[in-house]
Amino acid sequence: MFDELRKPGGKLKLAVPRGALLDDVLGLLDQVGIDTAEARGDSRSLVFDGGETTLVTMRPSDVPTYVSAGAADLGITGKDVLLEQNDRPVFELVDLGVGRCRMVLATQKGDVAPSEHQRRLGMMKIATKYKRIAEQYFAEQGRQVELVEVKGSIELAPLVGLADGIVDLVATGRTLAENNLEVREEILTSSARLVANRVSYRIRSEEVDDLAARLREAARKAPGES
Amino acid sequence: MIRPIPPGTRDVLPDEMRELRAIQSALLGTFEQAGFSEVRTPTIEYADALEMADRQAADSAYRFFDERGEMLALRTDMTIPIARLVADRFRDLDPPHRLSYIANAYRAVTPQRGELREFGQAGVELFGVPGPEGTAEVVDLLDKSLSSVGLNDAVIGLGEDGLWTALLQDAGAGPDTIEITSALLAAHDLVGVERALVDSNALDDDAIGQAAQLIQLRGGPEVLERAGSLGGQGFAEALNRLTRNFEAISARSIGRGVLLDLGILREIGYYSGSTIEVYDETVGDVIGGGGRYDDLMSRFGLDLPAAGFTLYIERIHKAQLERGINV
Repeated sequence: MFDELRKPGGKLKLAVPRGALLDDVLGLLDQVGIDTAEARGDSRSLVFDGGETTLVTMRPSDVPTYVSAGAADLGITGKDVLLEQNDRPVFELVDLGVGRCRMVLATQKGDVAPSEHQRRLGMMKIATKYKRIAEQYFAEQGRQVELVEVKGSIELAPLVGLADGIVDLVATGRTLAENNLEVREEILTSSARLVANRVSYRIRSEEVDDLAARLREAARKAPGES
Repeated sequence: MIRPIPPGTRDVLPDEMRELRAIQSALLGTFEQAGFSEVRTPTIEYADALEMADRQAADSAYRFFDERGEMLALRTDMTIPIARLVADRFRDLDPPHRLSYIANAYRAVTPQRGELREFGQAGVELFGVPGPEGTAEVVDLLDKSLSSVGLNDAVIGLGEDGLWTALLQDAGAGPDTIEITSALLAAHDLVGVERALVDSNALDDDAIGQAAQLIQLRGGPEVLERAGSLGGQGFAEALNRLTRNFEAISARSIGRGVLLDLGILREIGYYSGSTIEVYDETVGDVIGGGGRYDDLMSRFGLDLPAAGFTLYIERIHKAQLERGINV
């Protein structure tokens, strides 16, 4: 299998996101007849034989990198990741419905509304992992913000005074609530998308279309909930 | 101490240089044989010239001031400088003009993406041969050029720029809807295109279904037939242009498959009509592109139809390496 991975032709390579999305995505792949047994095991391997396709597993935020470079023909990742990395060109083919979440602006409970900071200081300090999305959101509204990029648990930033608020993804809202934060504004909603490399999309159009059609059907039958 | 060079630029060592030169001379020989003569233009142009041709190209250019305060720009491709050259130097000569080039171009890129700020291009420009005849001549030469560097499996994608707009206009969509969806289509966001059409409330379900079908149509001549059932009068005319181009190309018995792609929308502003992209499976990115730009010359004050293509030399080289081709 390792010999084949770098050669042209052969099985389609599908980039599968590890982490919170993994279970839902494997569920969809099962439904369209891709063999996910190997990928479900607790192997440390990163590459699995999925029958008709080869599954390569990676962090969701790496999917656009691999797919845009053609190292994977297809990939599955969140719309939030695609928006944040919109300079990596890939074809966005299907909304898979799973992994639904919202990108929100949140501040501490009981804090003055974010607009009050704006009024008083003309400026807000916002911590986020999603610098590009946050930048665009505030710029579109003509609001000045100072963005602080953090990598780990963003909820910490307002608690210890690093920032006035955070821009982050929320699925259930539990983490926010447990850290005394509440949603002030919704920026966008996201869900998992099937994406394709620009060259694979053209050269292997039949296989790509076939898999996309089956995944679209599977997603329609089982609307994702989380 | 190591003295770094700017990201996105590179030193080329003797082994690779030999291989890059081999690509260049193979291409140049092919261009010459087809009657396309090499020209050279300055690396720096007045920024005005770039802006006159294409706002977007000018935006990605490196710009700076000269000693008199004039704004200069590094060329972002060779098509604009050669268009300027033809408009100014060949004004009184009878077309057609067949010109070729091998040159470096410069674009601002996001660092750390493996993208080059300085990259090599080899290509041709054909001035004064309109319509399918001109397009077919260019595609024919592109086919020969790819073969001359050993890329027999590279695929030429052919599209037609007006298809999308025509389909939406036929269905009664307004300019706003066309603008929004065209931007999404240029960004390859097919999910977004469909959603924007639904949200706009401008089109009925049937028209949305047709639009979704069109942007995914790509393949052999059978896609022309399938597209035949879409749209109205305006779309039929645009599709007819693509069909005539494809027929003219087929008449030249080109040795490789031409992939018809009805969803190509080139992002470079000066293209109109036919669009060309070149793919090789070993390289995740397009290895070349081109098309018709019949309106470009009029921006330089000379009304002359034009078409051409360019190949990215570093990506050609990459494809050769991946395929183990020694030219």
